[in-house]
Amino acid sequence: MALNQDFLGKVYPASQPYEVGREKIREFAIAIGDMNPAYHDEDAAKALGHRDIIAPPTFPFVVSMRASAVAMFDPGLGLDYSRVVHGEQRFAYTRPVTAGDRLVVVTTIEAIRVAAGNDILTTRSDISTVDGEPVVTAWSVTVARGTAEESA
Amino acid sequence: MTATVSYADVEVGTALPPLSVNVQRVNLVMYCGASGDFNPIHWNQRFAQAVGLPDVIAHGMFTMASACRVVTNWVGDPGAVVEYGVRFTRPVVVPDDDTGAVIEVSAVVDEKRDDGTVRVTVTATSEGQTVLGRAQAVVRLA
Repeated sequence: MALNQDFLGKVYPASQPYEVGREKIREFAIAIGDMNPAYHDEDAAKALGHRDIIAPPTFPFVVSMRASAVAMFDPGLGLDYSRVVHGEQRFAYTRPVTAGDRLVVVTTIEAIRVAAGNDILTTRSDISTVDGEPVVTAWSVTVARGTAEESA
Repeated sequence: MTATVSYADVEVGTALPPLSVNVQRVNLVMYCGASGDFNPIHWNQRFAQAVGLPDVIAHGMFTMASACRVVTNWVGDPGAVVEYGVRFTRPVVVPDDDTGAVIEVSAVVDEKRDDGTVRVTVTATSEGQTVLGRAQAVVRLA
């Protein structure tokens, strides 16, 4: 089933706040094998000018993925989640995600297209603090393999 | 932001120190837990093969994170990264043995911008094949 083009441009309400914990950052950094002191050591992070330890550049996906479920599983959109693969990912940072941040995500359906029989969905996640300070924007391209209609 | 690399010292063509990342099943299990992405294609061989994959594959985001380490190791302060994006072109297949897979990562500065940033293009391969496409980071240097 092709994706519903009526959902192009749809903006979902802001997610519940995600509180970024120090130990979550450390756990994530260890999981990617990265012992950069900025992720582990408060003093080292502060020496670089950060308020607290910072998260690796790909960490915001943990936050955006959770929030974008509202779009991925929106029944009207018609995405077959059993057939999706991650096609592309991009981040533009205003500043690094920092321990203690309370982040909210606004998910927007930015593009819907079809290529080679696949449905291709681009979502944009605008991630800011609960106080409205922009932190990072993430774009995810999700490909549902072989789900587009032949006529598309 | 306190990058340890100076803009003045970098030229188009400057190569960053490369990195070789060993990936074993335990690393994927750790990444499942740390990221919250428990898709069974990343830990269950039966499931992965049932959906047509050769074996368990690494999360694309794990590969993206591994590739980024070349940039953040080089620049010192990961907060100096202002943009980072990739295409996932081929999965990293991680066998259930004592060696796992290896991701080879290299990178080169391919553009100096007037605003004090440089663009770095990253190459990541596994089993001799590229696994990321158009992998680029923009970094603000000192």
